[in-house]
Amino acid sequence: MSAAAVSLRKVGKTFARGEVTAVEEIDLDVQPGEFISLIGPSGCGKSTLLRIVGDLIQPSSGEVVVNGKSANQARRDGDYGIVFQDAVLYDWRTVTRNIALPLEMAGWDRSKRDARVKEMVELVELTGFEKRHPWELSGGMQQRVAIARALSFSPALLLMDEPFGALDEMTRERLNGELLRIWAETGCTVLFVTHSIAEAVFLSTRVVVMSPRPGRITEIIPIDLPQPRTYETREEPRFFELVTQLREALHGGSEREPSLRAAEAE
Amino acid sequence: MSVIATPVAGERLLGRTMRGARSWLPAVAVLLLGLGLWEGLVAALDVQRFLLPPPSDIARTFWDERDALWSAGWYTFKEALGGFLIGCSAGIAVALVLARWRGLSSAIMPYAIAANAVPIIAFAPITNQWFGVLNPLSKMAIAAVLCFFPVLVNALRGLTSVHPSSIELMRSYAAGEVEIFRRVRIPNSLPFLFSALKVASVLAMIGAVVGEYFGGTQEALGVQIRNSAALFAFETAWAAILVASILGISFYLAIVLLERLTMGWHPSARAAE
Ligand SMILES: Nc1ncnc2c1ncn2[C@@H]1O[C@H](COP(=O)(O)OP(=O)(O)OP(=O)(O)O)[C@@H](O)[C@H]1O
Ligand SMILES: [Mg+2]
Repeated sequence: MSAAAVSLRKVGKTFARGEVTAVEEIDLDVQPGEFISLIGPSGCGKSTLLRIVGDLIQPSSGEVVVNGKSANQARRDGDYGIVFQDAVLYDWRTVTRNIALPLEMAGWDRSKRDARVKEMVELVELTGFEKRHPWELSGGMQQRVAIARALSFSPALLLMDEPFGALDEMTRERLNGELLRIWAETGCTVLFVTHSIAEAVFLSTRVVVMSPRPGRITEIIPIDLPQPRTYETREEPRFFELVTQLREALHGGSEREPSLRAAEAE
Repeated sequence: MSVIATPVAGERLLGRTMRGARSWLPAVAVLLLGLGLWEGLVAALDVQRFLLPPPSDIARTFWDERDALWSAGWYTFKEALGGFLIGCSAGIAVALVLARWRGLSSAIMPYAIAANAVPIIAFAPITNQWFGVLNPLSKMAIAAVLCFFPVLVNALRGLTSVHPSSIELMRSYAAGEVEIFRRVRIPNSLPFLFSALKVASVLAMIGAVVGEYFGGTQEALGVQIRNSAALFAFETAWAAILVASILGISFYLAIVLLERLTMGWHPSARAAE
C-alpha cells in the first residue's frame, strides 16, 4: 500500500479577519502520479487549499498529509514546487537568477545549476531574456519564469495556481503539452488550479469541482481520456462529453447560490 | 585598423560630449544668469556688504583663504562623516532587530516616528555639554542622532514592506528567518535605505555645522562662519558657507554613486542610463 501524495481529511480554514470561512469539510486523496485540477468560481478557496497543502497557512481544522508525512515536514524536505497566482519574482534578480533560486538554496553546484537553468529557459522560450529583470518582462513572460523556477528542481509534487492564466492561447497549449510531458517523464503529482474547463479536462486524471461560501468539493470527475494526451485529444468526442459534464457540474454548483443568498438575507 | 578606428572613436566621444553639454547647458546658463543678476543688482542697488556681498568678492575670498577654509571644511566633514557612520549603522542595526521581532517594533516605532519629526538639532547645545564643546564627539553625537531616526524608520519600512507571497515562496523552499532576511528582506529594503542615507548625508553636515555654531575649536568650519559673521568679515562667512555646500553636495553625490553601484538592478537606475 503506497502512501497518498496528498491526503486531506475534513480540512477547514476560517480566516480570523472578517470571519471568512474559505474552505470547509474538504476530503481529498491524491495518489502519487495523479494530475488533479481544482476548478470553481472565484473565491471558492482554491488558492487557500494549495497554501494549506504547501504548509504556507495552517488549516483551522482537519488533517493534512503530504507524501506520507505532515505538511510541515514535507515543506521542510522540499517535496513540492509552487507556482503562485501572481508570478512572485524578485526584482533584484535577473531571469536566470530567479529560476536558479531554488537550486541555489538546495546547494546545487554552479555548473549543474547553469545547465539546468539554460534548459528551463529554453523550455519556457525565454532565450535572449536571461539577463533581464522581472519588471522588463510582460505579465505572461513573468509567469513563464515562475513556471520554470518551480519545475527546475523536479519536485515530487507540483502545486500550480492558475499558472497559464496570463498566457496567450498558443503558448498556453504548448506549455500544457510540455507540462504533460514533464509530468509523464518525472512521474510527479500535480495539483493544478484553473478557470478553464477545457484545460482541466485536457490535463487531468481527475477534476475536483468546488463551490463557494463556504468552499466545498461538490463533485470529483474522473477523466478517462487515454494517455498520452495529444493535440488530437481535444478533437475526440469523449473530450467534448467530459467538457459538457464538467460545465454542468460547475453550473450545478452555482445554481444553488441564489437560494443561499436568499437564506442569508432573511 | 586602429588608425581608422581612432578618429571614429574620437568623433563618437566628441559627439557624446556635445550631447552631454547640450543637456547641461540650460542649468549652466541659469547659474551664470543668477550670478550675473546678483552681481549687477548688488552694484546697482548699492546693497550694503553685510547684507549681501557680490559674488566676485566671495569668489576672491574663497580663493585667497582657500587653505584655511578647506582645512576647516575637512575638519567639519570628518565630524559629519563620523556621525553619519555611527548614526546610520545604529539605525540599520536597530531596524534589523525590530524587523526580526515585530512585537518589539510595535512598542518602539511610535516613538521613533515621533522622534523623526522632532527638531533634533535643538539638542546641539546639550550634546556640546555632554561631550565637551571642543571634543569632535559632541558634533558627531548630534549628527549621529539626526541620521539615526530617518534611517531606522526607512530601513524598517523596507525590511517589512515585503509582499507576503515573496515570503511564502521562501518558506516553500524551507528557508529559515536568516535566509529570508538575506535573500528577500534586505534586498527589498535597499531602495528605502538609500533614500534615507541620502537624507542622512545632508543631515549629518547640517548637524556638524550647526553644532559648531554653539561652540567648538577655531579649526571648525561652523565656528569660522559664526566668528566671521560676528566680525563683519562677511565675504569669509559666505566663502565658508560655499565650502560647506560643496562638501555637502559631494557627500550626497557619493551616496548616489554607491546606490548606483549596489543597486544597478533597480528600475530607477535603469531609467537614468
Ligand atoms: N489572507 C486572507 N485573509 C482573509 N481572508 C482571506 C485570505 N486569503 C483568502 N481569503 C478569503 O478566502 C476566500 C477564498 O480565497 P481564495 O484566494 O482561496 O479563492 P480562490 O478560489 O483562489 O479564488 P480565485 O479564483 O479568485 O483566485 C475568499 O473569500 C477570500 O476573501
Ligand atoms: Mg486563487
